[in-house]
Amino acid sequence: MMGETTLARGAYGLAWLKKIPLGRIAVILVPMLWLAAFFFIPFLVVFKISLSEAAIAIPPYSPLLQWDSSSSYLTFSLNFGNYLYLFESRFYLDAYLSSVKIAAISTFFALLIGFPIAYLIARSRPTVRIVLLALVILPFWTSFLLRVYAWMVLLRKDGLVNDILLMTGIIDQPIQILQTDFAVYLGIVYTYLPFMILPLYASLEKMDLSLIDAAQDLGAKPYQSFFLVTLPLAKAGIIAGCLLVFIPAVGEYVIPALLGGSDTLMIGRVLWDEFFQNRDWPMASAVAVMMLIVLVIPIMFIRNSNKEAE
Amino acid sequence: MKQGSSTALKMMSGAGFVFLYAPIIALIVYSFNDSKLVTVWGGWSLKWYVELFSNEQIMSAAWASLKIAFISATLASVLGTLAGFVLSRMRKFVGKAMLSGWVTAPLVMPEVITGLSLLLLFVFLENVFGWPAGRGLLTVVIAHTTFCLAYVAVVVQSRLASLDETLEEAAMDLGAKPASLFFLITLPLISPAIIAGWLLAFTLSLDDLVIASFVSGPGNSTLPMVIFSKVRLGVTPEVNALATLMIVAVSMAVIAAIVIMHRQSRYNDKNNH
Repeated sequence: MMGETTLARGAYGLAWLKKIPLGRIAVILVPMLWLAAFFFIPFLVVFKISLSEAAIAIPPYSPLLQWDSSSSYLTFSLNFGNYLYLFESRFYLDAYLSSVKIAAISTFFALLIGFPIAYLIARSRPTVRIVLLALVILPFWTSFLLRVYAWMVLLRKDGLVNDILLMTGIIDQPIQILQTDFAVYLGIVYTYLPFMILPLYASLEKMDLSLIDAAQDLGAKPYQSFFLVTLPLAKAGIIAGCLLVFIPAVGEYVIPALLGGSDTLMIGRVLWDEFFQNRDWPMASAVAVMMLIVLVIPIMFIRNSNKEAE
Repeated sequence: MKQGSSTALKMMSGAGFVFLYAPIIALIVYSFNDSKLVTVWGGWSLKWYVELFSNEQIMSAAWASLKIAFISATLASVLGTLAGFVLSRMRKFVGKAMLSGWVTAPLVMPEVITGLSLLLLFVFLENVFGWPAGRGLLTVVIAHTTFCLAYVAVVVQSRLASLDETLEEAAMDLGAKPASLFFLITLPLISPAIIAGWLLAFTLSLDDLVIASFVSGPGNSTLPMVIFSKVRLGVTPEVNALATLMIVAVSMAVIAAIVIMHRQSRYNDKNNH
């Protein structure tokens, strides 16, 4: 009798185990664990190292927890010096402000150039639309680095842009365009333009055209129907496009490094130099943490707009 | 729409397209320039292509990059498909909001932050667990898989969102187990998205400079790292030739993909009406 009940209980136990959706849990856990390990935890490590001191060692930072063998004490030291230095020194503050400024102005111009293109694509015939969309997507698939490099070739003192300006008589001697802030703006607008056009197109394509007809029937002038009907309806696309350009542009390294001058101050470049040239890992980490804090609000915003779209 | 505004619109967009394409076309033309002074025209020549293929450093870096891109894109497609599927088809579970945040954030995260944080993680892991021993192909593959995964997940998720669930529901009603439902119904339906995601991941991995610079070890330069170190010193004609080859390869792939998709949609339209 006893044996039977245990057996039955055992079988019941197994059935209970079978009810746990193991497959479902595995399917959820695999991508989750990967992202936790290689996306989320790294930020904690950055935060930890930003609180340690630079040291001449391998790796070049001091541990937070240290066993002092002479006094047998476990010492725990947090060093806020990196953060204090970030705020005290004009240099870092200027770099953050200048990155935000450069990214914001570039985003504005990307919107200005991208909007008419997105509008035209959304309003063209299906076959034409596919071709135009392909023309927008194609640069997005070709190498970012090589597209930045293409501007290096064009903007040199003996490059094509200077040649054309000389030929048309707009200038009478070559001007410095490469290694200026202007070249950085140009580079950002150029490389991030597809990121602006695609979300704009997506929201303009969904728009009900009869609304514009209605506005014009009611006597709205074209510019009025544009500002009062088209723009508000394209709001979601405008916000998504602007964030997709602005956020990565703030931390951009390649464009200021190749097109900017030595005085073009951007925070991504500061982080890079702090890490690769000064080998000050804790300071580079503190710069990264501050950059994340600056960007966390727009990043959350993008997530929420994604959710709404779902 | 009024005719006048339409002409203005066409002109503005035309200027936009010229802006998008002029630099690329100029680069292609210059790659056939015989002169060593990149911007002075010295007649047509293929000599920079010959130089390119005899450049050991570029060729070995290109091979390393292709290997990394292939492995990362494949891993990212598997993980990204799972993530996209979980986010759009599974009912609420603990941590779903967190997962959705972890999938979207890498898309916009500045590369310097991703690169630095992964490098510090690898150094930390090596100190504590002795793994990964040093940095090289493995660490670059892990880094690339992580950020490419996000792109695949988003592509798959949007495909699933636009997909009619009735087929899946019908299979479930007929008693299909979750696993066979996924492999027999869902997977074939989202396979175009997975292929697109794989291609996107492949090109993104092939193109990444910043993250690879942080996480690769000495002597393990990827192609963008070699290109960057060359063009930093100035304009290099071999890089023009390399750029032309890459642009032509990518353009052909994109055009082929669009033609196939266009045919497919026309075929579907015909069958539906």
